[in-house]
Amino acid sequence: MSVKKLGLRQRYEHMTRGLDWETSYQPMDKVFPYDQFEGIKIKDWSAWEDPFRLTMDSYWKFQAEKERKLYAVLDSFAQNNGQTNISDARYINAVKLFLTGISPEEYQAHRGFAFAGRHLRGAGTRVAAQMQSIDELRHLQTQVHTISHYNKFFDGLGEFPHMHDRVWYLSVPKSFFDDARSAGPFEFMIAIGFAFEYLLTNLLFVPFMSGAAYNGDMSTVTFGFSAQSDESRHMTLGIEVIKFLLEQHPDNLPIVQKWVDKWFWRGHRLLGLVAMMMDYMLPKKVMSWKEAWDIYFVEAGGSLFQDLGRYGLKMPKYADIATEEAEHISHQNWAVFYQYTHAAAFHTWMPDAEHLDWLSAKYPNTFDKYYRPRWEMWAKMEKEGKRFYNGALPQLCQCCQIPMAYTEPGDPTTICFRSSKYKDDTYHFCSDGCKDIFDAEPEKFSQAWLPVHQIFQGNCGGPTVPDVLNWYHLNNGVDNMDYVGSPDEKIWNEWHAENTRKAV
Amino acid sequence: MAQTASITLMQSDDARPIIEAIIADNPGVRILNMPGVVKLDCDDSITVKRASVEERLGRSWEPQEIQLVLVSMAGNLDEDDDHFTLSWRH
Repeated sequence: MSVKKLGLRQRYEHMTRGLDWETSYQPMDKVFPYDQFEGIKIKDWSAWEDPFRLTMDSYWKFQAEKERKLYAVLDSFAQNNGQTNISDARYINAVKLFLTGISPEEYQAHRGFAFAGRHLRGAGTRVAAQMQSIDELRHLQTQVHTISHYNKFFDGLGEFPHMHDRVWYLSVPKSFFDDARSAGPFEFMIAIGFAFEYLLTNLLFVPFMSGAAYNGDMSTVTFGFSAQSDESRHMTLGIEVIKFLLEQHPDNLPIVQKWVDKWFWRGHRLLGLVAMMMDYMLPKKVMSWKEAWDIYFVEAGGSLFQDLGRYGLKMPKYADIATEEAEHISHQNWAVFYQYTHAAAFHTWMPDAEHLDWLSAKYPNTFDKYYRPRWEMWAKMEKEGKRFYNGALPQLCQCCQIPMAYTEPGDPTTICFRSSKYKDDTYHFCSDGCKDIFDAEPEKFSQAWLPVHQIFQGNCGGPTVPDVLNWYHLNNGVDNMDYVGSPDEKIWNEWHAENTRKAV
Repeated sequence: MAQTASITLMQSDDARPIIEAIIADNPGVRILNMPGVVKLDCDDSITVKRASVEERLGRSWEPQEIQLVLVSMAGNLDEDDDHFTLSWRH
């Protein structure tokens, strides 16, 4: 007699809800103490279903297969000295920003989903969150394994966990995840599951990893797409969470809308770093940030919010401003890092003539008018031996923690300043989006650890730049400053001089 | 405005039969080739049929295996034993 195999739906039913139970030694409200204080109302947890219908046994099988493939590539990359075949050593600076700025957030996401996977009451939701928690840990591990190979040859990578907790620009992603992780489990799911994973990670992983493929970084593209294969499941979890909350009770709508507005804006600010990586740090370019924004936010986000309109959910507040900023943000961020290159753990440079023309073509409305003249002036100053460094510490936005360098909506020649009073103090913001977030939760954001304030208060190793860099574990004169003249450039030129010699 | 349902897959040997099946089964599919990945877009709905993939692959194939080569997607997912569909229809 042959044994009949269960279908996907039945398997899912048995392996998730079938393994769940109502507690009897303790009341359910004591076992799940965090899923009510945010005001979200759930009538029926069993209405939740993971459309992937992925069960733990299949999960392990697929993840093991992904790991086998990934580590075969990493091994082969290292064995064949793949680092010598990337497009240009400038490219590695994008990898440095990725490892220091993004990989530690994979770990934060791992912890956040472990919390959600413990504390949400529905079995289906818990299982999906637990899988995501394990995925995020895998992402951190595979990123560290991949990039450790580059650490043998290039600077700025070795102290990434230490830097994450201290360096000024790394406080931007750190504060983003600290904010999400100190929220309740439902806000966490909307923040990371929906706003970050569904709306925004495509912008990080698809065009950027495609860029890695184009720049000969076989190892990064492989971990990137291996991680991204989990990401589709995460996106599905994000969209299911939002639909589930909106279907469960009409009172959930205003709460969810507020979270969507908040986390969209925070995510947009965070991804400004990725915008800069794509437009300035990839020697061979795949698409501009603006093009990626149009595909992944305007088109994909438009379709999504058209769908969610059924529940009364609207496009995130300031989505129009964010789309306007897509023509400016990469340039404004690169200008910040160029001026503060002495305090960053990666190298900067002014774009060459070909790169300037590419930027002009990709940004016809803004680049020649607002940014090219500044780049040409800075390049000229460099030639004259007067390379421009900004010696003053910048004012930071209390919410996103980015230096106040962004411009007014509709006026790219005026810096945007906003402020709010709370108790007896004045707090400063880069935008209406960041000000709104503060005004809704001033108790939380007034306590933010702002790197510049901390330096002035004497909490960062001392009063001078070298003192602070030392406290960052940033190797002054090696990890920072321009690419030209760096040890990275030297080793790269040696490899290539060797190739040419052998060919002759 | 038509909503775009989309699947992005790796440009790899394992993904090729799936890409070919999608192109054959979804008339009007728009193809965006990028280094390392391909993005396949359709208005409203896009589907991967198990039978079409198996025909090209020459072995049995479960729709869940798509996870090994999937990079991104857009639309509401419906996955079952014989298909993997992303759709904005209700």
